[in-house]
Amino acid sequence: MELREDQIERYSRQIILPHVGGKGQEKLLNARVLIIGAGGLGSPCALYLASAGVGKIGIVDSDRVELNNLQRQIIHSMKDVGRPKVESAKDRLFGMNEDVEIVPYNIRVSSKNILDIIKDYDGVVDGSDNFPTRYLVNDACVLSNKQLFHGGILRFDGQAITISPGKSACYRCLFPEPPPPGLIPNCQEAGILGAVAGVIGTIQANEVLKYILGIEGLLEGKLLVFNALNSSFRQVRVPQDPKCPVCGENPTVRQLIDYEEFCSLRKNKEE
Amino acid sequence: MQATVRVPTPLQKLTQNQGEVKVSGANIKELIEDLEKKFPGIKERICDEAGKIRRFINIYVNEEDVRFLQQEETPLKDGDEISIIPAIAGGRQ
Repeated sequence: MELREDQIERYSRQIILPHVGGKGQEKLLNARVLIIGAGGLGSPCALYLASAGVGKIGIVDSDRVELNNLQRQIIHSMKDVGRPKVESAKDRLFGMNEDVEIVPYNIRVSSKNILDIIKDYDGVVDGSDNFPTRYLVNDACVLSNKQLFHGGILRFDGQAITISPGKSACYRCLFPEPPPPGLIPNCQEAGILGAVAGVIGTIQANEVLKYILGIEGLLEGKLLVFNALNSSFRQVRVPQDPKCPVCGENPTVRQLIDYEEFCSLRKNKEE
Repeated sequence: MQATVRVPTPLQKLTQNQGEVKVSGANIKELIEDLEKKFPGIKERICDEAGKIRRFINIYVNEEDVRFLQQEETPLKDGDEISIIPAIAGGRQ
């Protein structure tokens, strides 16, 4: 693949980087990344991946844009309120960079559909907002050996970790079980500062770009913890758990399960 | 042993909004007891009925998860930095 004149111009500030170059830019243009959630984390992540020229970006979200989303979901605009988030995201990204193929999935991921969706991608960004989806995405990525870029936010706290299945700790190695419903509040109940979503979603994008470019130093086996109140970043070690039910020595989870049940949620919330 | 404990935002209601508190104990178990003495109610958020650290909350001594050390018996030394890190799910909404 030969870069066009306008591509050389568009990506010039990253092509001159020692870790990128023309070859790296071609890798980016050939890469395929799936983003789960076009929200607080997915917005900045998708914007940076599309602007860097990641060739194919899939976005999964079943929600429509609401006014209270715009405080942090910076991919959407006033005119998008009421539209499906994936359509709004697609227009914004394509408007910025026509090199990028955007694939919208206006659905909720589930045990039934996720494996079929992620098989077309090299890596998955988890920007979801609930524990059943987080464990579903983790297990699906481990079982299909897809790189996973995890991020979580609440109030003034953020977390990010990169998961290389079989090689570094997965989300279940980090947190073996989800909290019972109601114990850890969600952003709707507890609030979130928009910029915290921006920090963590941007870290996820940075990890994706490094992964595609083959740059070492990924957050593998390391949880990055961001505290917005004192502007501190810390890293803690996350070893692979030999007893992990999905990636340990004797895995008991060999196919996807019912994650609503695993997270003890009553099926009362239809979206 | 005196240690600094970093408290995550969901638990800061119990620590009078302090993100960092000083507590003492020879090991994690004693440290949690001292936390409970100073901030009543915090222990049941961290531990289950049997006194084990809940599986969606990790406690780190410096950079290491006590689950991979000696769990509640993990010894502490002066100046250790303890972090309590819960699973958080927010993102999309």
